[in-house]
Amino acid sequence: MSTDVKTPQVQTQPSQVDAKGIKLPIYMDNHATTPMDPRVLEEMLPYFMEKFGNAASRNHSFGWTAEEGVETARERIAKLVGATTKEIIFTSGATESDNLAIKGVAEMYREKGNHIITAVTEHKAVLDTCKRLEKYGYRVTYLPVQKDGLIDLDDLKRAMDDKTVLVTIMAANNEIGVLQPIAEIGKLCHERGVVFHTDATQAVGKVPIDVIKQNIDLASISGHKMYGPKGVGALYVRRKNPRVQISAIIDGGGHERGMRSGTLNVPGIVGLGKACAIASEDMPQESCKLAGLRNRLRDRIMGKLDEVYINGSMEHRLPGNLNISFAYVEGESLLMGINDIAVSSGSACTSATLEPSYVLKALGAGDDLAHSSIRFGIGRFNTEAEVDYVADRVIETVERLRELSPLYEMAKEGINLKDVKWAAE
Amino acid sequence: MAYSDKVIDHYNNPRNVGSMDKNSADVGTGLVGAPECGDVMKLQIKVNPETNVIEDAKFKTFGCGSAIASSSLATEWVKGKTIDEALTIKNTEIVKELSLPPVKIHCSVLAEDAIRAAIGDWKKKQTAEKPVAAEAK
Repeated sequence: MSTDVKTPQVQTQPSQVDAKGIKLPIYMDNHATTPMDPRVLEEMLPYFMEKFGNAASRNHSFGWTAEEGVETARERIAKLVGATTKEIIFTSGATESDNLAIKGVAEMYREKGNHIITAVTEHKAVLDTCKRLEKYGYRVTYLPVQKDGLIDLDDLKRAMDDKTVLVTIMAANNEIGVLQPIAEIGKLCHERGVVFHTDATQAVGKVPIDVIKQNIDLASISGHKMYGPKGVGALYVRRKNPRVQISAIIDGGGHERGMRSGTLNVPGIVGLGKACAIASEDMPQESCKLAGLRNRLRDRIMGKLDEVYINGSMEHRLPGNLNISFAYVEGESLLMGINDIAVSSGSACTSATLEPSYVLKALGAGDDLAHSSIRFGIGRFNTEAEVDYVADRVIETVERLRELSPLYEMAKEGINLKDVKWAAE
Repeated sequence: MAYSDKVIDHYNNPRNVGSMDKNSADVGTGLVGAPECGDVMKLQIKVNPETNVIEDAKFKTFGCGSAIASSSLATEWVKGKTIDEALTIKNTEIVKELSLPPVKIHCSVLAEDAIRAAIGDWKKKQTAEKPVAAEAK
Protein backbone atom coordinates (compact mmCIF):
# COMPACT_ATOMS: atom_id res chain seq x y z
CA MET A 1 0.00 0.00 0.00
CA SER A 2 1.47 3.34 -1.05
CA THR A 3 2.08 5.82 1.73
CA ASP A 4 2.89 8.58 -0.68
CA VAL A 5 -0.30 10.67 -0.92
CA LYS A 6 -0.19 13.49 -3.43
CA THR A 7 -2.21 16.57 -2.64
CA PRO A 8 -4.22 17.29 -5.78
CA GLN A 9 -3.54 20.68 -7.32
CA VAL A 10 -6.44 23.02 -7.82
CA GLN A 11 -6.49 23.47 -11.56
CA THR A 12 -8.25 26.16 -13.46
CA GLN A 13 -9.90 24.96 -16.63
CA PRO A 14 -8.09 25.79 -19.83
CA SER A 15 -10.00 28.49 -21.68
CA GLN A 16 -9.53 31.16 -24.28
CA VAL A 17 -8.16 34.46 -23.18
CA ASP A 18 -9.01 37.43 -25.32
CA ALA A 19 -7.17 40.67 -25.88
CA LYS A 20 -8.47 42.34 -22.71
CA GLY A 21 -7.31 39.43 -20.59
CA ILE A 22 -10.86 38.17 -20.16
CA LYS A 23 -11.17 34.41 -19.88
CA LEU A 24 -13.87 32.98 -22.08
CA PRO A 25 -16.43 31.61 -21.62
CA ILE A 26 -17.60 34.03 -18.93
CA TYR A 27 -19.75 32.63 -16.16
CA MET A 28 -22.50 34.99 -15.13
CA ASP A 29 -25.15 32.52 -13.98
CA ASN A 30 -24.43 32.53 -10.25
CA HIS A 31 -28.05 31.92 -9.30
CA ALA A 32 -27.91 28.51 -10.96
CA THR A 33 -24.74 27.59 -9.11
CA THR A 34 -21.42 29.11 -8.12
CA PRO A 35 -17.81 28.09 -8.64
CA MET A 36 -16.24 26.85 -5.44
CA ASP A 37 -14.09 29.35 -3.61
CA PRO A 38 -10.52 27.95 -3.51
CA ARG A 39 -10.45 28.57 0.24
CA VAL A 40 -13.47 26.28 0.61
CA LEU A 41 -11.84 23.49 -1.37
CA GLU A 42 -8.70 23.77 0.69
CA GLU A 43 -10.71 23.47 3.90
CA MET A 44 -12.52 20.38 2.61
CA LEU A 45 -9.60 18.36 1.25
CA PRO A 46 -8.25 16.82 4.45
CA TYR A 47 -11.69 15.35 5.15
CA PHE A 48 -11.61 13.05 2.14
CA MET A 49 -8.53 10.97 2.82
CA GLU A 50 -7.03 11.87 6.18
CA LYS A 51 -9.88 12.98 8.42
CA PHE A 52 -12.28 10.59 6.76
CA GLY A 53 -14.05 9.22 9.83
CA ASN A 54 -17.78 8.93 10.30
CA ALA A 55 -18.79 11.86 12.50
CA ALA A 56 -21.12 9.50 14.41
CA SER A 57 -18.32 7.11 15.39
CA ARG A 58 -18.17 7.94 19.09
CA ASN A 59 -15.44 5.59 20.07
CA HIS A 60 -12.31 6.53 18.22
CA SER A 61 -10.32 9.52 17.07
CA PHE A 62 -11.32 9.16 13.45
CA GLY A 63 -14.91 9.86 14.47
CA TRP A 64 -14.00 12.59 16.92
CA THR A 65 -11.89 14.43 14.35
CA ALA A 66 -14.68 14.30 11.80
CA GLU A 67 -17.16 15.43 14.41
CA GLU A 68 -14.96 18.37 15.27
CA GLY A 69 -14.96 19.45 11.65
CA VAL A 70 -18.73 19.19 11.57
CA GLU A 71 -19.23 21.15 14.77
CA THR A 72 -16.92 23.94 13.62
CA ALA A 73 -18.97 24.18 10.45
CA ARG A 74 -22.18 24.19 12.45
CA GLU A 75 -20.94 27.14 14.49
CA ARG A 76 -19.99 29.05 11.35
CA ILE A 77 -23.40 28.54 9.78
CA ALA A 78 -25.21 29.46 12.98
CA LYS A 79 -23.15 32.63 13.27
CA LEU A 80 -23.98 33.71 9.72
CA VAL A 81 -27.72 33.58 10.35
CA GLY A 82 -27.84 34.57 14.04
CA ALA A 83 -28.80 31.14 15.34
CA THR A 84 -27.40 28.76 17.98
CA THR A 85 -25.60 25.57 16.96
CA LYS A 86 -28.39 23.36 18.30
CA GLU A 87 -30.67 24.96 15.73
CA ILE A 88 -28.71 23.96 12.62
CA ILE A 89 -29.34 20.59 10.95
CA PHE A 90 -27.44 19.36 7.93
CA THR A 91 -29.18 18.09 4.82
CA SER A 92 -28.29 17.22 1.23
CA GLY A 93 -29.22 20.67 0.02
CA ALA A 94 -31.91 23.32 0.08
CA THR A 95 -34.39 21.16 -1.82
CA GLU A 96 -34.26 18.61 0.97
CA SER A 97 -34.37 21.38 3.57
CA ASP A 98 -37.52 22.80 1.95
CA ASN A 99 -39.11 19.35 1.90
CA LEU A 100 -38.17 18.73 5.51
CA ALA A 101 -39.40 22.09 6.73
CA ILE A 102 -42.75 21.99 4.95
CA LYS A 103 -43.60 18.32 5.32
CA GLY A 104 -42.09 18.25 8.80
CA VAL A 105 -44.28 21.10 10.04
CA ALA A 106 -47.37 19.84 8.22
CA GLU A 107 -47.15 16.49 9.89
CA MET A 108 -46.15 17.70 13.32
CA TYR A 109 -48.91 20.31 13.52
CA ARG A 110 -51.65 18.38 11.76
CA GLU A 111 -53.86 18.35 14.86
CA LYS A 112 -53.81 22.12 14.83
CA GLY A 113 -54.70 22.60 11.20
CA ASN A 114 -54.11 21.77 7.58
CA HIS A 115 -53.70 25.15 5.86
CA ILE A 116 -50.43 26.31 4.34
CA ILE A 117 -49.70 29.66 2.73
CA THR A 118 -47.01 30.21 0.15
CA ALA A 119 -46.47 32.42 -2.94
CA VAL A 120 -46.71 31.78 -6.67
CA THR A 121 -43.08 32.78 -7.25
CA GLU A 122 -41.53 30.17 -4.96
CA HIS A 123 -38.95 27.67 -6.15
CA LYS A 124 -40.27 24.33 -7.37
CA ALA A 125 -38.80 22.68 -4.27
CA VAL A 126 -41.45 24.55 -2.29
CA LEU A 127 -44.27 24.55 -4.85
CA ASP A 128 -44.02 20.86 -5.69
CA THR A 129 -43.84 19.95 -2.00
CA CYS A 130 -47.01 21.98 -1.39
CA LYS A 131 -48.70 20.26 -4.35
CA ARG A 132 -47.90 16.91 -2.85
CA LEU A 133 -49.41 17.96 0.47
CA GLU A 134 -52.55 19.06 -1.36
CA LYS A 135 -52.87 15.47 -2.57
CA TYR A 136 -52.81 14.38 1.07
CA GLY A 137 -55.69 16.71 1.88
CA TYR A 138 -53.87 19.88 2.89
CA ARG A 139 -55.23 23.24 1.73
CA VAL A 140 -52.64 25.54 0.18
CA THR A 141 -53.03 29.22 -0.62
CA TYR A 142 -50.67 30.54 -3.29
CA LEU A 143 -50.39 34.29 -2.76
CA PRO A 144 -50.01 36.41 -5.88
CA VAL A 145 -47.25 38.99 -6.19
CA GLN A 146 -47.40 42.61 -7.24
CA LYS A 147 -45.78 43.98 -10.39
CA ASP A 148 -42.51 44.42 -8.54
CA GLY A 149 -42.50 40.83 -7.37
CA LEU A 150 -43.27 41.48 -3.71
CA ILE A 151 -46.21 39.91 -1.89
CA ASP A 152 -48.85 42.19 -0.41
CA LEU A 153 -48.82 41.83 3.39
CA ASP A 154 -52.56 42.50 3.47
CA ASP A 155 -53.12 39.52 1.18
CA LEU A 156 -51.16 37.43 3.65
CA LYS A 157 -53.15 38.72 6.62
CA ARG A 158 -56.43 37.96 4.89
CA ALA A 159 -55.33 34.49 3.91
CA MET A 160 -54.44 33.41 7.43
CA ASP A 161 -57.13 31.58 9.37
CA ASP A 162 -57.35 29.39 12.47
CA LYS A 163 -56.30 26.32 10.50
CA THR A 164 -53.11 27.90 9.15
CA VAL A 165 -50.06 26.06 10.43
CA LEU A 166 -47.33 27.27 8.10
CA VAL A 167 -46.34 30.21 5.97
CA THR A 168 -43.46 29.57 3.57
CA ILE A 169 -42.09 32.54 1.62
CA MET A 170 -38.60 32.74 0.11
CA ALA A 171 -36.22 35.44 1.26
CA ALA A 172 -34.79 36.09 -2.22
CA ASN A 173 -36.10 34.91 -5.58
CA ASN A 174 -33.77 32.88 -7.78
CA GLU A 175 -35.02 34.35 -11.07
CA ILE A 176 -35.65 38.02 -10.37
CA GLY A 177 -33.61 38.42 -7.19
CA VAL A 178 -36.46 40.15 -5.39
CA LEU A 179 -36.28 40.30 -1.58
CA GLN A 180 -39.53 39.67 0.29
CA PRO A 181 -40.36 41.58 3.51
CA ILE A 182 -39.26 38.68 5.70
CA ALA A 183 -39.23 40.45 9.07
CA GLU A 184 -42.80 41.71 8.60
CA ILE A 185 -44.02 38.32 7.41
CA GLY A 186 -42.40 36.66 10.41
CA LYS A 187 -43.95 39.17 12.78
CA LEU A 188 -47.44 38.51 11.36
CA CYS A 189 -46.90 34.80 11.77
CA HIS A 190 -45.69 35.03 15.34
CA GLU A 191 -48.63 37.24 16.30
CA ARG A 192 -50.93 34.49 15.07
CA GLY A 193 -48.99 31.49 16.28
CA VAL A 194 -48.19 30.32 12.75
CA VAL A 195 -44.83 28.77 11.88
CA PHE A 196 -42.77 30.76 9.38
CA HIS A 197 -40.35 29.05 7.01
CA THR A 198 -38.23 30.87 4.50
CA ASP A 199 -36.30 29.33 1.62
CA ALA A 200 -33.17 31.43 2.11
CA THR A 201 -31.10 29.63 -0.52
CA GLN A 202 -30.34 32.70 -2.63
CA ALA A 203 -30.18 35.11 0.31
CA VAL A 204 -27.77 33.55 2.80
CA GLY A 205 -24.29 34.91 2.33
CA LYS A 206 -25.50 37.63 -0.02
CA VAL A 207 -27.75 39.78 2.16
CA PRO A 208 -27.90 39.81 5.97
CA ILE A 209 -30.15 37.11 7.38
CA ASP A 210 -30.87 37.23 11.12
CA VAL A 211 -33.36 34.66 12.29
CA ILE A 212 -34.12 36.58 15.48
CA LYS A 213 -34.50 40.07 14.00
CA GLN A 214 -36.42 38.70 11.02
CA ASN A 215 -38.72 36.47 13.11
CA ILE A 216 -37.80 33.34 11.18
CA ASP A 217 -38.68 29.87 12.48
CA LEU A 218 -37.15 27.72 9.74
CA ALA A 219 -34.69 28.63 7.00
CA SER A 220 -33.28 26.56 4.14
CA ILE A 221 -29.63 27.03 3.23
CA SER A 222 -27.68 25.75 0.23
CA GLY A 223 -23.95 25.19 -0.14
CA HIS A 224 -23.55 25.50 -3.87
CA LYS A 225 -25.20 28.89 -4.11
CA MET A 226 -22.54 30.47 -1.94
CA TYR A 227 -19.27 29.22 -3.43
CA GLY A 228 -19.51 25.99 -1.45
CA PRO A 229 -19.99 22.39 -2.56
CA LYS A 230 -23.03 20.86 -4.18
CA GLY A 231 -24.96 18.16 -2.38
CA VAL A 232 -25.01 19.79 1.03
CA GLY A 233 -27.23 22.27 2.78
CA ALA A 234 -28.76 23.06 6.13
CA LEU A 235 -32.04 23.82 7.83
CA TYR A 236 -32.35 26.27 10.70
CA VAL A 237 -34.99 25.08 13.21
CA ARG A 238 -35.91 27.52 15.97
CA ARG A 239 -35.73 26.29 19.54
CA LYS A 240 -36.97 29.31 21.49
CA ASN A 241 -39.76 31.82 21.32
CA PRO A 242 -41.39 29.71 20.04
CA ARG A 243 -39.90 26.24 20.02
CA VAL A 244 -40.62 24.74 16.62
CA GLN A 245 -40.76 21.01 16.08
CA ILE A 246 -40.70 19.08 12.83
CA SER A 247 -41.26 15.44 11.94
CA ALA A 248 -38.35 13.85 10.15
CA ILE A 249 -38.84 12.79 6.56
CA ILE A 250 -35.85 10.47 6.51
CA ASP A 251 -35.67 7.72 9.10
CA GLY A 252 -32.69 5.65 10.08
CA GLY A 253 -30.69 6.18 13.21
CA GLY A 254 -31.90 9.54 14.46
CA HIS A 255 -28.95 11.74 13.52
CA GLU A 256 -29.22 15.52 13.81
CA ARG A 257 -31.38 15.41 16.95
CA GLY A 258 -33.71 12.94 15.33
CA MET A 259 -34.56 15.36 12.54
CA ARG A 260 -32.40 14.01 9.75
CA SER A 261 -30.98 10.52 9.74
CA GLY A 262 -28.02 9.51 7.63
CA THR A 263 -24.27 9.64 7.85
CA LEU A 264 -23.13 13.21 7.58
CA ASN A 265 -21.42 14.41 4.42
CA VAL A 266 -18.45 15.60 6.43
CA PRO A 267 -16.34 17.14 3.64
CA GLY A 268 -19.43 18.86 2.23
CA ILE A 269 -20.42 20.17 5.63
CA VAL A 270 -16.91 21.45 6.29
CA GLY A 271 -17.07 23.22 2.92
CA LEU A 272 -20.45 24.75 3.69
CA GLY A 273 -19.10 25.98 7.01
CA LYS A 274 -16.09 27.60 5.39
CA ALA A 275 -18.29 29.21 2.76
CA CYS A 276 -20.38 30.71 5.56
CA ALA A 277 -17.30 31.91 7.43
CA ILE A 278 -16.06 33.67 4.30
CA ALA A 279 -19.48 35.23 3.75
CA SER A 280 -19.63 36.44 7.37
CA GLU A 281 -16.38 38.31 6.79
CA ASP A 282 -16.78 39.49 3.23
CA MET A 283 -20.50 40.15 2.82
CA PRO A 284 -20.61 43.90 3.37
CA GLN A 285 -17.90 44.82 0.86
CA GLU A 286 -18.81 42.06 -1.50
CA SER A 287 -22.47 43.00 -1.76
CA CYS A 288 -21.46 46.58 -2.38
CA LYS A 289 -19.08 45.50 -5.13
CA LEU A 290 -21.67 43.23 -6.74
CA ALA A 291 -24.31 45.93 -6.73
CA GLY A 292 -21.81 48.24 -8.40
CA LEU A 293 -21.07 45.70 -11.12
CA ARG A 294 -24.74 44.91 -11.60
CA ASN A 295 -25.66 48.57 -11.93
CA ARG A 296 -22.80 49.05 -14.38
CA LEU A 297 -24.15 46.20 -16.50
CA ARG A 298 -27.65 47.59 -16.36
CA ASP A 299 -26.65 51.15 -17.18
CA ARG A 300 -24.39 50.13 -20.05
CA ILE A 301 -27.12 48.02 -21.64
CA MET A 302 -29.93 50.48 -21.08
CA GLY A 303 -27.75 53.34 -22.26
CA LYS A 304 -27.56 51.80 -25.73
CA LEU A 305 -30.83 49.91 -26.17
CA ASP A 306 -34.43 51.06 -26.04
CA GLU A 307 -37.46 48.98 -25.02
CA VAL A 308 -35.57 47.10 -22.36
CA TYR A 309 -37.46 46.26 -19.15
CA ILE A 310 -36.17 45.19 -15.77
CA ASN A 311 -38.25 42.44 -14.19
CA GLY A 312 -38.86 42.89 -10.47
CA SER A 313 -38.13 45.57 -7.93
CA MET A 314 -34.71 47.22 -8.23
CA GLU A 315 -34.97 48.50 -4.68
CA HIS A 316 -35.57 45.17 -2.93
CA ARG A 317 -33.18 42.99 -4.86
CA LEU A 318 -30.11 40.81 -4.52
CA PRO A 319 -27.03 42.88 -5.31
CA GLY A 320 -25.79 40.61 -8.10
CA ASN A 321 -29.07 39.93 -9.90
CA LEU A 322 -30.35 41.52 -13.08
CA ASN A 323 -33.31 40.14 -15.01
CA ILE A 324 -34.12 42.04 -18.18
CA SER A 325 -36.53 41.62 -21.04
CA PHE A 326 -35.44 42.80 -24.48
CA ALA A 327 -38.60 43.51 -26.42
CA TYR A 328 -38.95 41.93 -29.86
CA VAL A 329 -36.06 39.54 -29.31
CA GLU A 330 -36.52 35.95 -28.16
CA GLY A 331 -34.42 34.76 -25.22
CA GLU A 332 -32.91 31.59 -26.62
CA SER A 333 -31.82 33.24 -29.83
CA LEU A 334 -30.17 35.92 -27.69
CA LEU A 335 -28.34 33.28 -25.66
CA MET A 336 -27.16 31.69 -28.89
CA GLY A 337 -25.69 34.98 -29.98
CA ILE A 338 -23.76 35.42 -26.73
CA ASN A 339 -22.62 31.82 -26.57
CA ASP A 340 -19.33 32.72 -24.92
CA ILE A 341 -21.29 33.96 -21.89
CA ALA A 342 -23.17 31.76 -19.44
CA VAL A 343 -26.49 33.28 -18.35
CA SER A 344 -30.06 31.98 -18.46
CA SER A 345 -33.40 32.94 -19.92
CA GLY A 346 -37.07 32.86 -18.94
CA SER A 347 -37.97 31.84 -22.47
CA ALA A 348 -40.06 28.76 -23.05
CA CYS A 349 -37.58 27.61 -25.64
CA THR A 350 -34.94 27.18 -22.96
CA SER A 351 -37.09 25.10 -20.66
CA ALA A 352 -37.63 21.40 -21.01
CA THR A 353 -41.38 21.83 -20.84
CA LEU A 354 -41.69 24.72 -23.32
CA GLU A 355 -43.45 26.73 -20.61
CA PRO A 356 -42.18 30.29 -20.15
CA SER A 357 -40.99 31.34 -16.70
CA TYR A 358 -43.87 31.18 -14.22
CA VAL A 359 -42.12 33.78 -12.07
CA LEU A 360 -42.15 36.34 -14.87
CA LYS A 361 -45.74 35.47 -15.69
CA ALA A 362 -46.65 36.15 -12.08
CA LEU A 363 -45.31 39.69 -12.45
CA GLY A 364 -47.97 40.22 -15.08
CA ALA A 365 -45.52 41.21 -17.78
CA GLY A 366 -47.01 39.03 -20.48
CA ASP A 367 -45.66 35.91 -22.14
CA ASP A 368 -43.91 37.79 -24.89
CA LEU A 369 -41.67 39.61 -22.42
CA ALA A 370 -41.07 36.36 -20.52
CA HIS A 371 -39.82 34.88 -23.79
CA SER A 372 -37.49 37.85 -24.18
CA SER A 373 -35.88 37.76 -20.78
CA ILE A 374 -32.32 37.10 -19.69
CA ARG A 375 -31.17 36.53 -16.12
CA PHE A 376 -27.68 37.73 -15.20
CA GLY A 377 -26.23 36.50 -11.90
CA ILE A 378 -23.05 38.41 -11.08
CA GLY A 379 -20.86 36.76 -8.47
CA ARG A 380 -17.70 36.95 -6.43
CA PHE A 381 -15.38 36.15 -9.29
CA ASN A 382 -16.83 38.43 -11.98
CA THR A 383 -14.85 41.52 -12.95
CA GLU A 384 -15.59 44.93 -14.35
CA ALA A 385 -13.94 43.98 -17.65
CA GLU A 386 -16.25 40.98 -17.89
CA VAL A 387 -19.29 43.12 -17.19
CA ASP A 388 -18.34 45.55 -19.96
CA TYR A 389 -17.70 42.70 -22.40
CA VAL A 390 -21.04 41.09 -21.57
CA ALA A 391 -22.92 44.38 -21.93
CA ASP A 392 -21.36 45.06 -25.33
CA ARG A 393 -22.04 41.55 -26.63
CA VAL A 394 -25.63 41.73 -25.45
CA ILE A 395 -26.13 45.09 -27.12
CA GLU A 396 -24.70 43.98 -30.45
CA THR A 397 -26.68 40.72 -30.42
CA VAL A 398 -29.96 42.42 -29.55
CA GLU A 399 -29.42 44.96 -32.32
CA ARG A 400 -28.70 42.19 -34.81
CA LEU A 401 -31.71 40.13 -33.77
CA ARG A 402 -34.00 43.15 -33.90
CA GLU A 403 -33.02 43.54 -37.54
CA LEU A 404 -34.23 39.98 -37.96
CA SER A 405 -37.42 40.50 -35.99
CA PRO A 406 -40.83 41.02 -37.62
CA LEU A 407 -42.11 42.34 -34.29
CA TYR A 408 -39.50 45.08 -34.13
CA GLU A 409 -40.34 46.01 -37.70
CA MET A 410 -44.05 46.20 -36.92
CA ALA A 411 -43.43 48.22 -33.77
CA LYS A 412 -41.31 50.71 -35.72
CA GLU A 413 -44.13 51.05 -38.22
CA GLY A 414 -46.32 52.16 -35.33
CA ILE A 415 -48.36 48.97 -35.08
CA ASN A 416 -49.50 48.11 -31.57
CA LEU A 417 -48.62 44.43 -31.28
CA LYS A 418 -51.34 43.90 -28.71
CA ASP A 419 -53.95 44.80 -31.33
CA VAL A 420 -52.74 42.31 -33.90
CA LYS A 421 -54.73 39.15 -34.49
CA TRP A 422 -52.07 36.49 -34.56
CA ALA A 423 -52.59 33.38 -36.64
CA ALA A 424 -52.91 30.21 -34.60
CA GLU A 425 -50.01 27.85 -35.14
CA MET B 1 -28.84 21.74 -25.96
CA ALA B 2 -26.38 21.29 -28.79
CA TYR B 3 -27.32 22.92 -32.07
CA SER B 4 -26.46 21.28 -35.36
CA ASP B 5 -23.82 23.02 -37.45
CA LYS B 6 -26.46 23.91 -40.01
CA VAL B 7 -28.65 25.64 -37.44
CA ILE B 8 -25.64 27.59 -36.19
CA ASP B 9 -24.75 28.52 -39.77
CA HIS B 10 -28.24 29.82 -40.53
CA TYR B 11 -28.26 31.72 -37.26
CA ASN B 12 -24.91 33.40 -37.91
CA ASN B 13 -25.48 33.86 -41.65
CA PRO B 14 -29.21 33.99 -42.17
CA ARG B 15 -30.25 33.92 -45.80
CA ASN B 16 -32.67 36.40 -47.33
CA VAL B 17 -33.38 38.56 -44.29
CA GLY B 18 -35.57 41.52 -45.10
CA SER B 19 -38.91 42.76 -46.26
CA MET B 20 -40.82 43.19 -49.48
CA ASP B 21 -43.62 45.60 -50.20
CA LYS B 22 -46.61 43.66 -48.96
CA ASN B 23 -48.97 45.77 -51.04
CA SER B 24 -47.32 44.75 -54.27
CA ALA B 25 -49.44 42.53 -56.50
CA ASP B 26 -46.81 39.85 -56.96
CA VAL B 27 -45.83 39.60 -53.27
CA GLY B 28 -47.36 37.06 -50.91
CA THR B 29 -46.92 37.58 -47.17
CA GLY B 30 -47.31 34.91 -44.53
CA LEU B 31 -47.29 35.95 -40.86
CA VAL B 32 -47.60 33.00 -38.49
CA GLY B 33 -47.15 32.29 -34.81
CA ALA B 34 -47.72 34.60 -31.83
CA PRO B 35 -45.46 36.59 -29.49
CA GLU B 36 -46.96 34.86 -26.44
CA CYS B 37 -45.79 31.55 -27.87
CA GLY B 38 -42.28 32.85 -28.44
CA ASP B 39 -42.39 32.25 -32.20
CA VAL B 40 -43.41 34.64 -34.98
CA MET B 41 -42.33 34.18 -38.59
CA LYS B 42 -42.92 36.53 -41.48
CA LEU B 43 -42.15 34.96 -44.83
CA GLN B 44 -42.61 36.82 -48.10
CA ILE B 45 -42.42 35.60 -51.68
CA LYS B 46 -42.21 37.43 -54.98
CA VAL B 47 -43.85 35.41 -57.70
CA ASN B 48 -43.58 35.78 -61.43
CA PRO B 49 -47.26 35.92 -62.48
CA GLU B 50 -46.61 34.31 -65.85
CA THR B 51 -44.52 31.35 -64.77
CA ASN B 52 -45.75 31.05 -61.15
CA VAL B 53 -42.10 30.75 -60.16
CA ILE B 54 -41.02 32.19 -56.82
CA GLU B 55 -38.27 34.54 -57.88
CA ASP B 56 -37.39 35.97 -54.49
CA ALA B 57 -38.13 35.30 -50.85
CA LYS B 58 -37.48 37.20 -47.65
CA PHE B 59 -38.03 36.42 -43.99
CA LYS B 60 -37.97 37.89 -40.51
CA THR B 61 -38.35 35.77 -37.39
CA PHE B 62 -38.83 36.34 -33.66
CA GLY B 63 -37.89 33.02 -32.11
CA CYS B 64 -35.13 30.68 -31.05
CA GLY B 65 -32.15 29.62 -33.15
CA SER B 66 -34.07 26.66 -34.57
CA ALA B 67 -36.95 28.91 -35.60
CA ILE B 68 -34.61 31.37 -37.28
CA ALA B 69 -32.82 28.53 -39.08
CA SER B 70 -36.10 26.89 -40.18
CA SER B 71 -37.44 30.08 -41.73
CA SER B 72 -34.08 31.00 -43.28
CA LEU B 73 -33.94 27.54 -44.86
CA ALA B 74 -37.52 27.90 -46.03
CA THR B 75 -36.66 31.03 -48.03
CA GLU B 76 -33.72 29.20 -49.59
CA TRP B 77 -35.87 26.26 -50.60
CA VAL B 78 -38.80 28.18 -52.09
CA LYS B 79 -36.64 30.35 -54.34
CA GLY B 80 -36.69 29.04 -57.89
CA LYS B 81 -39.64 26.72 -57.24
CA THR B 82 -43.10 27.11 -58.67
CA ILE B 83 -45.97 27.75 -56.29
CA ASP B 84 -47.11 24.14 -56.59
CA GLU B 85 -43.61 22.81 -56.00
CA ALA B 86 -43.23 25.02 -52.93
CA LEU B 87 -46.48 23.65 -51.51
CA THR B 88 -44.90 20.19 -51.39
CA ILE B 89 -42.24 21.28 -48.89
CA LYS B 90 -42.80 19.30 -45.69
CA ASN B 91 -41.71 20.25 -42.18
CA THR B 92 -40.16 16.79 -41.81
CA GLU B 93 -37.69 17.70 -44.55
CA ILE B 94 -36.69 20.80 -42.59
CA VAL B 95 -36.25 18.71 -39.44
CA LYS B 96 -33.99 16.31 -41.33
CA GLU B 97 -31.92 19.01 -43.00
CA LEU B 98 -31.32 20.92 -39.76
CA SER B 99 -31.17 17.85 -37.48
CA LEU B 100 -33.77 19.41 -35.20
CA PRO B 101 -34.35 17.60 -31.91
CA PRO B 102 -37.93 16.56 -30.99
CA VAL B 103 -38.46 19.60 -28.76
CA LYS B 104 -37.82 21.89 -31.79
CA ILE B 105 -40.00 20.15 -34.35
CA HIS B 106 -42.69 22.76 -33.88
CA CYS B 107 -40.31 25.36 -35.34
CA SER B 108 -40.25 23.45 -38.62
CA VAL B 109 -44.03 23.16 -38.57
CA LEU B 110 -44.30 26.91 -38.23
CA ALA B 111 -41.92 27.39 -41.17
CA GLU B 112 -44.08 25.12 -43.33
CA ASP B 113 -47.12 27.12 -42.21
CA ALA B 114 -45.34 30.33 -43.14
CA ILE B 115 -44.69 29.09 -46.68
CA ARG B 116 -48.32 28.10 -47.09
CA ALA B 117 -49.55 31.35 -45.62
CA ALA B 118 -47.38 33.37 -48.02
CA ILE B 119 -48.59 31.34 -50.98
CA GLY B 120 -52.17 31.60 -49.77
CA ASP B 121 -51.87 35.36 -49.52
CA TRP B 122 -50.41 35.64 -53.02
CA LYS B 123 -53.15 33.43 -54.44
CA LYS B 124 -55.83 35.56 -52.80
CA LYS B 125 -54.37 38.61 -54.50
CA GLN B 126 -54.40 36.88 -57.90
CA THR B 127 -58.09 35.97 -57.71
CA ALA B 128 -58.99 39.44 -56.39
CA GLU B 129 -57.36 41.08 -59.36
CA LYS B 130 -59.00 39.00 -62.05
CA PRO B 131 -61.46 41.31 -63.82
CA VAL B 132 -63.89 38.39 -64.32
CA ALA B 133 -67.26 38.10 -62.60
CA ALA B 134 -66.84 38.34 -58.82
CA GLU B 135 -66.12 34.93 -57.27
CA ALA B 136 -67.70 33.93 -54.00
CA LYS B 137 -64.88 34.04 -51.44
